[in-house]
Amino acid sequence: MSSLSAPIADIASLRARIDTIGSGRKRAKSALAFGVEALDERLPEGGLARGVLHEIAGGGRNGGDGPAASLFAAGIAARTKGKVLWCLSRPDLFAPALAQVGLAPDRVIYVEGRDDKTVLACMEEGLAHGGPAVVVGETARLSMTASRRLNLAAEKTGSLAILVRRWSRPQEAEDFGRPTAAATRWRISALPAAPLPVQGVGRSRWRVELIRSRGGQTVDLELEACDETGRLAFLADLSDRSAAPPVERQKRRASA
Amino acid sequence: MHDGAHSQGPVDLPLVLIGREKNRRVVMAADAAARAGGLRVGTAAATATAMVADIETEEHDPAADAKALERLALWALERFSPIVAVDGTDGIVIDSTGADHLHGGEAAMLKTLVGRLASAGITAHAAVADSWGAAHALARHGAEPVLVAPRKHGTAILEPLPVEALRLSSSTAEALRDLGFSTIGDLFATPRAPLALRFGEDLTRRLDQAAGRRCEPIEPLRAPETVVAQRNFAEPIGAAETIARYVGKLVVTLCDELEEKGLGVRRLDLLCRRVDDRIEAVRVSTARPVREVSRLTRLLCDKIETIAPGYGIEAMTLVATSAEPLAPHQKLAALTEEILPDVSSLIDVIANRVGEDRLYRLAPVESDVPERSVRRIAPLAPETGQSWRLDWPRPSRLLKRPEPIETLALLPDHPPASFTWRGVRRRVRAADGPERIFGEWWKRDAELAAVRDYFKIEAEDGERFWIFRAGNGEDQATGSQRWFLHGLFG
Repeated sequence: MSSLSAPIADIASLRARIDTIGSGRKRAKSALAFGVEALDERLPEGGLARGVLHEIAGGGRNGGDGPAASLFAAGIAARTKGKVLWCLSRPDLFAPALAQVGLAPDRVIYVEGRDDKTVLACMEEGLAHGGPAVVVGETARLSMTASRRLNLAAEKTGSLAILVRRWSRPQEAEDFGRPTAAATRWRISALPAAPLPVQGVGRSRWRVELIRSRGGQTVDLELEACDETGRLAFLADLSDRSAAPPVERQKRRASA
Repeated sequence: MHDGAHSQGPVDLPLVLIGREKNRRVVMAADAAARAGGLRVGTAAATATAMVADIETEEHDPAADAKALERLALWALERFSPIVAVDGTDGIVIDSTGADHLHGGEAAMLKTLVGRLASAGITAHAAVADSWGAAHALARHGAEPVLVAPRKHGTAILEPLPVEALRLSSSTAEALRDLGFSTIGDLFATPRAPLALRFGEDLTRRLDQAAGRRCEPIEPLRAPETVVAQRNFAEPIGAAETIARYVGKLVVTLCDELEEKGLGVRRLDLLCRRVDDRIEAVRVSTARPVREVSRLTRLLCDKIETIAPGYGIEAMTLVATSAEPLAPHQKLAALTEEILPDVSSLIDVIANRVGEDRLYRLAPVESDVPERSVRRIAPLAPETGQSWRLDWPRPSRLLKRPEPIETLALLPDHPPASFTWRGVRRRVRAADGPERIFGEWWKRDAELAAVRDYFKIEAEDGERFWIFRAGNGEDQATGSQRWFLHGLFG
């Protein structure tokens, strides 16, 4: 009879071996934590891994335009240092909104490609260069080959690669279902904001779904949208209950 | 491919230039005011002074004209294409092959060209055509002020033009007129042999060149102090790898010379002369002066695939068309200082791929009108340190144009209770506003009283929109009181 921990250790060592053999991929050295435990603890690197590609799409009826998905990406970029290369083909991104989640206009360099192909090529160029801390792209489609290329380019330099999927036709939306080489795949949809005691719209809330995560678990969470420093937060529903629960969670983790 | 230019001074009095033609003193050039007085090029000087009162006359200086035209050609060389030359006494010719897309297409390129010249006080006509001869003819006799001939236009487009458009000597043109040939079409319709016999080989050569049947290479102009590296090949080369190898060698030579002069390149042209006498050109630009061999080689090699070697390349020339002083600089100021990676080399690579104008940063503008609050600046412009005022929420996607929506409102002053956008009806759950934005009367008279009331609204399913009412809800002078959707919140 082997002890309970043995198979886990076996799996860990196997995984390490697969990582070194499989595609010759080295484990990402660093990750960018969200600062939301429920999210970070499910991600294998304890955050959004650098040096790999992450895919983000919008959900709901406005999903194709991805207003929440792009803001989610901007929030991630805001929490890094250095330049951000943002490649797009439809220039309808409104820069003041990016500044409102903490992404200063001085940091973002925009590239306007004619089509998806150019956008992907420029992303690859930016990732391979390694100068920009984050390279964000917006395309409708992403093929397996293209996603592999982006992964390889990101791996060499350790830049964070984010692809925001957006579409204008339902056929293009279906493309999001196809497999890609992205390490994680997210869907961000708008939720009704917290009700306010007075008239008005409260802080935005999102449903953050981690649909796919290589070597990790999926997540489905309701979170407060990015604040002015790009941070997400647990729902602090003051009208219903106090903000106590997270404290209890921390205790449990400490003893585990 | 070509444009003709007449200079025009900022003067109030009519101005003509007087020069000597054979034994007469005649008007060589006249400005708009003088032309309005009935003066033409070729009018005798004495007649001119008699016809127009208060006329200013200046001595015609062909040498100075030629110099100015050359300066203009050098300007076009830096701005538009690696192959530019002076064409006759009144024009420049530009080989725009492969250069137009960086300016948004041929028509846009000509407009920019003529617009830039106009702002410098030069009235110019410009035309693009398949051959130098055709472009020369169309620029002078068809362009109003610009003309883009369709690709593979053939000779039909030239037929209605006068014979003078063919770059013939004035005596030949006069003789043709005497014989009743007035248009190029008349010449094309006539058998070639008698024409060649009567007017010499020059006429048929010009006809062939205009029709694009005979190759006519443009010898590119170069400023005298330009740094150049050249290599001739005994055996023509053609393979991409071979070209890349020699590009590498030329860049090394060029960089050595640049270092001696303390320069770095901003624009670098690679000209490949093919055995059939055509020149294939490649241009790369950099955002800052550069003298790094590896970087310049990389930029040029990215573009090798656009070179069509044909039967082979017999000479390659590398020209630093635009160079700026580049002093050696200290890499690290202090050990403790955090260095952020330099992205200028990336900017160059991408700019050469998509075009310089498609690479930018966005900077704030002091304007409350949302679509005017953002301006583009160069990607490597110094940091502004500014941001937008953050007191009102802004949507992450802003529609190109506000789209009209149908609304149902309980009170005229309130946000709507429901609205229909792109055929989908949504009920409004909550709304924030109004944020009143006033028109900028100093920009447009029509905006004197204009008002927009912006609301952030949340639909039942949680999606958030930015809508506005054109007007204050009461006064028709402030707007149509219709509702528009302008953006999507995340």
